[in-house]
Amino acid sequence: MQDNDPPLMRVVNLTHMYGDRIGCRDVSFDLYPGEVLAVVGESGSGKTTLLNCVSGRQQCSAGTISYRMRDRRLQDLNAMSEAERRFLMRTDWGFVHQNPADGLRMNVSAGANVGERLMAVGQRHYGRIRETADDWLGRVEIGHDRIDDRPGTFSGGMRQRLQIARNLVTGPRLVFMDEPTGGLDVSVQARLLDLLRGLVDDLGLSAIVVTHDLAVARLLSQRMMVMKDGQVIETGLTDRVLDDPQAPYTQLLVSSILQV
Amino acid sequence: MNSLDAGREQVIATYNFAYLDEQTKRMIRRAILKSIAVPGYQVPFASREMPMPYGWGTGGVQVTAAIIGPDDRLKVIDQGADDTTNAISIRKFFERTTGVETTTLTADASIIQTRHRIPETPLTAGQILVFQVPIPEPLRFLEPRETETRTMHALEEYGVMHVKLYEDIARHGHIATTYAYPVKVEGRYVTDPSPTPKFDNPKMHRNPALQLFGAGREMRIYAIPPWTEVVSLDFEDHPFEVQAFERPCALCGADDVFLDEVITDDRGGRMFVCSDTDHCNTRQAEGHAGEQEA
Amino acid sequence: MTQRLLLTGVSKSFTLHLRDGVILPVVGGVSFGVEGGECVVLGGQSGAGKSSILKMVYGNYGVGAGQILIGHSGGQVDMAVADARLVMQVRQQTLGYVSQFLRAIPRVAAIDVAAEPLVRAGVAAGAARKRAAELFARLNLPERLWSLPPATFSGGEQQRVNIARGFLPDLPVLLLDEPTASLDARNRQVVIDMIAEKKANGTALLGIFHDADVRDAVADRIIDVSRFATAAVAA
Repeated sequence: MQDNDPPLMRVVNLTHMYGDRIGCRDVSFDLYPGEVLAVVGESGSGKTTLLNCVSGRQQCSAGTISYRMRDRRLQDLNAMSEAERRFLMRTDWGFVHQNPADGLRMNVSAGANVGERLMAVGQRHYGRIRETADDWLGRVEIGHDRIDDRPGTFSGGMRQRLQIARNLVTGPRLVFMDEPTGGLDVSVQARLLDLLRGLVDDLGLSAIVVTHDLAVARLLSQRMMVMKDGQVIETGLTDRVLDDPQAPYTQLLVSSILQV
Repeated sequence: MNSLDAGREQVIATYNFAYLDEQTKRMIRRAILKSIAVPGYQVPFASREMPMPYGWGTGGVQVTAAIIGPDDRLKVIDQGADDTTNAISIRKFFERTTGVETTTLTADASIIQTRHRIPETPLTAGQILVFQVPIPEPLRFLEPRETETRTMHALEEYGVMHVKLYEDIARHGHIATTYAYPVKVEGRYVTDPSPTPKFDNPKMHRNPALQLFGAGREMRIYAIPPWTEVVSLDFEDHPFEVQAFERPCALCGADDVFLDEVITDDRGGRMFVCSDTDHCNTRQAEGHAGEQEA
Repeated sequence: MTQRLLLTGVSKSFTLHLRDGVILPVVGGVSFGVEGGECVVLGGQSGAGKSSILKMVYGNYGVGAGQILIGHSGGQVDMAVADARLVMQVRQQTLGYVSQFLRAIPRVAAIDVAAEPLVRAGVAAGAARKRAAELFARLNLPERLWSLPPATFSGGEQQRVNIARGFLPDLPVLLLDEPTASLDARNRQVVIDMIAEKKANGTALLGIFHDADVRDAVADRIIDVSRFATAAVAA
């Protein structure tokens, strides 16, 4: 095993309670550079709680989340100041929401949506910001003539692609995705998935993708975790979990896929 | 004085000096002191109901009431003019509740309460300029959540301010924001200069006078202490610029002032005159004349 | 040892939790080895567990018992217990797989599907495409298809994309799951030649071929899987 390639993120015994109710319990995993981890399970299985906790959007009740900073130090997320954490979230991390409206500023243009993170890290040259935004719109297959249009005039698929561009413009190393293809038409889903897959490959991104769609997990991820009732019930190579599921619930999930 | 005025005088006499009670003034003064200590930071205060509607300058009136003393000389302007309804009603309010002297001469005033303008005549040390502010939060345009904007101020997350300017350039080819143009105070807080024209932004920079801002409905006070650095936000390739006017003032001929457009008839006739009436009158008295008067 | 791939006492059964936990035995006591330069073919009728053995070797299926040793990176890896990351590494550096069906990726051109493993291994995109193109030409895949996504291709066309994808990287062990099933005689012969070249290069091949002609042409040894199936039921 290569030990010179340490994990990017290490999660140990993460637990989150909503009062007496379990959000997620005793979740542990390592995420390595360039790796895509899918978290699957039905609604209420705790996968979104898990994603919110590891992405710093929600304080967890117990457990540790460490992240390898660009200087290669492994840092405990909870020990960071809010300023550091928020800086991390808008530079080195991305978060793709299921509903693009949650991740976009709907009242400003596509170009400004993409450029915002650049301005947030101190870029002050309009021409260069616009050039970078334009380049990213092209990479997510949004026409250059749409740069000054507001996301409200975009289709659902375009909005989702815009959200992705907005997240990737600062060259993050880790992207969290919450049902990135949920709510989209199947044909639009396929295009988005293919785009995501290409970007993840080209940029060497690590990603944690929450989805209830096993096809999404198959296409995007190398490893997956299956969650039920807040706990991880099966984990491993995506191929193996899908081809040879062990846990009763995973077998049910896999056997429930409609074949076309 | 007729009997009606005498009766009114008696009723008013039961009010405290400057209308507000002393406890309230102390509360407001504490907020003002804090705002001076942290330039550009919006200090919450327990804004009172005033005998005038919100939007008529209740924030500015409370600040003025808290700082005014019997020896002060007050000037009140609205859009640069001393003689508009709002300016007159506030001036009368303080005349009645304090009995202090009022003036229209910028140089003679110790306190100037203003809406939408900074006087053209340079202010001097010891003067206090009180702004009436409708919306004190410059981030609100892009982030409606107050909890979030407070955090953004605390962590200096101001990228979103440039998003607004970016939108201007994308839409109009230049920064089209002409009033309430955001500034950064003392290199720290991004602040709304109230809806003054951006023409006045450079006057805020290292001004010898104390600038106080009161937002009554929003319950916020903030300040720019004398000599404080005030920088208008911009882009490297689209630097901040003030408005330029094609013609000088039609009445006094001044070419370095902010002008108002005045419609003179119903056949398209119009002229451009100083928005600062005191400045214009003073210049005319000194013998300056624009094309209209010549 | 010269064994590139060594299976010892490997067994596999499926527990069907949705069928009241019924246990479905597949194979038991699977033991054999494959040397470099050798092509071993799994024989036996349909359902005997041939594909299951390949999938266990590749890591798609978990292993019930036993060892599957693969020479990897100067040492040995037991695929039966290797964790997900190690399995991925073995697949990238040591173990190739030509599956029966192509899992088509929407919108990706056939040539890029074939070139992808090379690109992942660090070959420049242009060079990888060039090698994929050469192999496509050899497999008589019409050039007008190269830049199209393979989802709409015929079975034989898809299979040739798949073969190119699997044969392009020079990996020491290669698994073949009925790679010639939907090919015509001419292209079957191309694949037979390609297998012979791999053997000459020292690659260890383990395959399933239901076509007797191909099997006879490439197999150095044929292992009858039926006896493993019997062993599984008896166990």
